[in-house]
Amino acid sequence: MVNRHDTSVELCGVKLDNPVIPASGTFGFGREFAEFYDLDLLGAISVKGTTREARFGNPTPRIAECTSGLINSVGLQNPGIDAVISHELPALRELFHKPIVVNISGFSIEEYVECCAKIDKEKQVEIIEVNVSCPNVHNGGMSFGTSPGSAAAVTEAVKRVTTKPVFIKLSPNVTDIVSIARSCEDAGADGICLINTLLGMRIDTMRRRPVIANKMGGFSGDAIFPVAVRMVYQVATACNIPVMGCGGVSSAADVVEMMMAGATAVQVGAANLRNPYACKEIIETLPDEMDRLGIERLSEIIGVVK
Amino acid sequence: MRLAGDTRSIMRPGQFIDIALEGLFLRRPISVCDYDAESISIIYKVVGRGTRQMSRLQCGDSLDCLVGLGNGFSVETASQRPLLVGGGVGLPPMYNLCKQLVAAGKKPQVVMGFNTAGEVFYRSEFENLGVDVFCATADGSLGVKGFVTDAIGSFELKFDYIYACGPAPMLRALYDRFDIDGEFSFEERMGCGFGACMGCTCKTKYGNKRICVDGPVLKREEIIW
Repeated sequence: MVNRHDTSVELCGVKLDNPVIPASGTFGFGREFAEFYDLDLLGAISVKGTTREARFGNPTPRIAECTSGLINSVGLQNPGIDAVISHELPALRELFHKPIVVNISGFSIEEYVECCAKIDKEKQVEIIEVNVSCPNVHNGGMSFGTSPGSAAAVTEAVKRVTTKPVFIKLSPNVTDIVSIARSCEDAGADGICLINTLLGMRIDTMRRRPVIANKMGGFSGDAIFPVAVRMVYQVATACNIPVMGCGGVSSAADVVEMMMAGATAVQVGAANLRNPYACKEIIETLPDEMDRLGIERLSEIIGVVK
Repeated sequence: MRLAGDTRSIMRPGQFIDIALEGLFLRRPISVCDYDAESISIIYKVVGRGTRQMSRLQCGDSLDCLVGLGNGFSVETASQRPLLVGGGVGLPPMYNLCKQLVAAGKKPQVVMGFNTAGEVFYRSEFENLGVDVFCATADGSLGVKGFVTDAIGSFELKFDYIYACGPAPMLRALYDRFDIDGEFSFEERMGCGFGACMGCTCKTKYGNKRICVDGPVLKREEIIW
């Protein structure tokens, strides 16, 4: 029997009631949003990017308004992997009973490996998302995600110490996203998540200086949606592993579009910051959007656009 | 601007609302000047696109606001003779605070600082609460010429607790000049306004705090400049 509105999807064997996942860095560890709605409505949650050590992040201002979006340069503020395991995840588990995605960041391959090995032992975690947009401190600060070789090296190293599905979260700030995604797939990635933020900058023309203390930051929000759809499409058609689509999603129509481009699940990021109810509203309006487009099972539309 | 709506989530003076505006991605955080069971007053200065748009709203228009954000000032901890200091658009949250302190039987004094006489607002509103109000203007066009610290000095004000909201240099000057307990309300560029994005974090002696939820009010003892 097929439910008339079957919104469920499956990511590497992990079943989600619906494809909507708040994106890492826009949802903290869920606590703040639990005051707005029941988190169990969500397909999954991708928690704040976690590193080996606690990080304060970058100086403020960290945020700049843009047309249809924002630039952020938070700088991976997080309490560190041990505190995430001992405090944040158990606290989230009290509020949320669906799959948890843990986003891991690192500044060296060893750091990724150490964090992933630790998180892999956690029963409370279903999927590991590896953010390769961080600068490699051993390679002149060049981001891991900007070359097929270094992205594959992280993937391979992480896969060696994990048993859970590993999604590599790619940066869009590259010349050829497909070659990077393919090299991750070849290195054993179970899935790809894209896109991270686009590198951007704003200038306070009155003060003649950058708005953000760190000068540049990651641009996200509605404005980047077409870039995200394009990259999801390119990667999904070139790879044989599932894709989590991310970037500028703010409505049920966007979710459907991202899925047609090839996404199995869809992350919602910046929209959560303007509208704390964004994910709830998207999930609640998905059935109407499915009716409008004659979709009975959402999973049927994944990658229908060739 | 006066807004009608559900104000039940406002617990203390010094909290703020976060206003979504057409065509702007981020909400605009504005401190609550005064509130009752069904309305909120805010006072803002037109400085950018957001506040300009707010200034063009008509009576009867509706706004999408998140209400009751931030920690606010604690009325309970004040001593008998607290000093309330507001600089420029930092003055509004002092109004409801002053009201509540008076209602609690305290004897607050208010010091307000502006650039020039033309910018001064709410002086009579404060006076109507029955408290002593002292003014400083940077150009000397009203009250004491100089900063709020100059006004405090020239009137030789005696107080045993400070509540302050205003530009960072004003807060810093008060902190350096008076070794007296108090609460300082800080401003920072925010992303969400409710603690999710970590856009407004600062370091304190009690660890990292998000100005939007763990602040905007910090106790004097925890501030790191």
